[in-house]
Amino acid sequence: MIENTGVATKEDLAQVEPSLERREKGPVAVFECFQEIPCNPCYTSCRVGAVEEFKDINDLPHVDHDRCTGCGVCISHCPGLAIFVVDQSHQDYAVVRVPYEFLPVPSEGQEVDALDREGNVVCRARVRKVQNAKSQDKTLVVWLEVPHEAAMTARNFRVVKDR
Amino acid sequence: MISLRAYDAIVIGGGPAGLPAAIELASCGAKVAMIDREDRLGGQLTKQTHMFFGSQSQRAGTRGVDIAGILAKEALEKGVEVYLGATVLGYYDDRVIAVEKDERFIKMKATAYVVATGASEKMLAFPNNDLPGVYGAGAIQTLMNVHGVMPGKRALMVGAGNIGLIISYQLVQAGVEVAAIVEAAPRIGGYWVHASKVRRLGIPVLTSHTVTQVHGTDAVERVTVARVDDSWSPVPGTERDFDVDVVGLAVGLSPLTELLWQAGCAMRFVPALGGHVPVRNENLETSVDGLFVAGDVAGVEEASSAMLEGRLAGLAAALKLGRGSVTGVMKAMEEARLELESLRAGPVGDKIRKGLEALAREAMAS
Repeated sequence: MIENTGVATKEDLAQVEPSLERREKGPVAVFECFQEIPCNPCYTSCRVGAVEEFKDINDLPHVDHDRCTGCGVCISHCPGLAIFVVDQSHQDYAVVRVPYEFLPVPSEGQEVDALDREGNVVCRARVRKVQNAKSQDKTLVVWLEVPHEAAMTARNFRVVKDR
Repeated sequence: MISLRAYDAIVIGGGPAGLPAAIELASCGAKVAMIDREDRLGGQLTKQTHMFFGSQSQRAGTRGVDIAGILAKEALEKGVEVYLGATVLGYYDDRVIAVEKDERFIKMKATAYVVATGASEKMLAFPNNDLPGVYGAGAIQTLMNVHGVMPGKRALMVGAGNIGLIISYQLVQAGVEVAAIVEAAPRIGGYWVHASKVRRLGIPVLTSHTVTQVHGTDAVERVTVARVDDSWSPVPGTERDFDVDVVGLAVGLSPLTELLWQAGCAMRFVPALGGHVPVRNENLETSVDGLFVAGDVAGVEEASSAMLEGRLAGLAAALKLGRGSVTGVMKAMEEARLELESLRAGPVGDKIRKGLEALAREAMAS
C-alpha cells in the first residue's frame, strides 16, 4: 500500500484517472495525490476552475476532467510533484507531461528512458518539448512521446548516455 | 564596564519562526533585536530547495530558500536590528541576556523575548556511528545546498519522514546515488507525495528496517541493515549490506530548550512534541512573564506552522508591550490562530494535536 511503499496501487489510481475516452479527446491532468495534507496550490493555480474549491485545506483535490483543458499550469505549482498531463488524442503515440528537477536537461527530440512509479524502465520515449518558463520556478515540465500502453505508467524519465 | 543594550523585544533565532515574530513586532513600532548564530538569516529555510505546502497566505508553492530571502528582507526593511554570528550564552533573572559575537561579550535586555531556537537532530546508536561519512541528514543538506559540497558518491538514508525523503531527493539532484531509504516503522512517516517522488527515481524505501552497523576503517565503506520485528528488534538472518560512503540519519528532532530551562520556564515531557517543551498559553507565552516561544523549540512540527506561530508570538509580544493598535493586533492574532488550526486539522496534524492536548493536560496536572 502507498503508506508502506510510496507507490500508488491500481485501486488508488482508479480513483483519480481520467477515462480513456477523455484522454483520447486531448490533454488532461492526472492528480496522483492520495493523502490529506494541508496544501492547495493546485486549486489556486488552475485558471479554468477545473479543481473544486477546497472546504478544508487538508481536503484531497477533486478535478473535473471535462473542464480541465490540459494546459498543465498546475504541474509545476504542485509542491508534491504529483500532477501529470496525459494526451492520447494522437494516433501513433501518447504524450505524457512530467515535472522534472534534475540535470542534465534533455533536448527536444532526444531519446530517453521512460520510468514507471518505481523507477523501472517502461519504454523508450522521445522528448517532444521542454517547458522552463520563469513562472515554473525551476520545476521543468518535460513532454514525453510514449506508446499508448505506457500512457498511464510512464511517470518519470532518465537521460541516458548515447549507447 | 560592559554597557547594556536595551530593546523592547529580542527575538532569539532568525529562522522560519523568529523572522515573522520580529517582523510583526517591528511593524507594531517596537524596537527589536534579532540574534542568530549563523552568518545569514533564514535558519533551516536557507537549505530548503523544495516548494512549500500549505496555502497561498503561507507562501505555498514557494521554495523555502526563497521564503528565507523574502522574510529576511522584510525584517531589515522594518528596522529589526540583526546580530549575525552571535550566540546567546545565557538568560538571567533581571531579563538580561549574555551574547557572544566576534569574540566579544554583549549584554542585552528586553521587556519581551521570543525564543525561536528551533531543534537539533537526534542521533542513533549503532557500532561505528562515529565514522566519517555518518551524518545527520541536516548536515548533508547544509553541505550540499548551502556550501555546494557533495557529501559522497553513494548514500543510504535512515528515516522515511519528510526530512529523510526530501534530502534523499536532493542527494540525487546533487548527483549522489541513493542506495535505499530505511525506516524502522512499518509505514512511511513523511508525506506520500515525497515518497512517490523518490520511488520514481528508483530508490527503494524499506519500511520495518533499521541500520545495525556501519563498516569501514577511516570512513564509511559499507552499512548493514536488517528487518525489525514488532518490538523494533533486528531479526537475525535478515541482514543486508549496501556499499555506501554516506549514511544519513533523519530519525527525528529535539527542541533546543536550554535557554528556556535557564529562564525558569515550566517544562513538560511530551514525546509527540519531540521531548521537553515549554508550557505556554494560547498566545505562546510561557510561564515566565513576557517570554514567548515559537516554532520547533515549542514542539517539533514543520516550517509553515513555525511561521504562523512566529507571527502569533510576535503579535502577542507587541500587545504585551502596548505597541500597535490593540484591535488590529488582536484581529491578526485571531487570524494566525485560525490558520494554525486549519493547518493542523487534517490527519497529518494528528500527532501535533495530540501532543498539544497532552501538554495542556500535563500543565493542568501540576
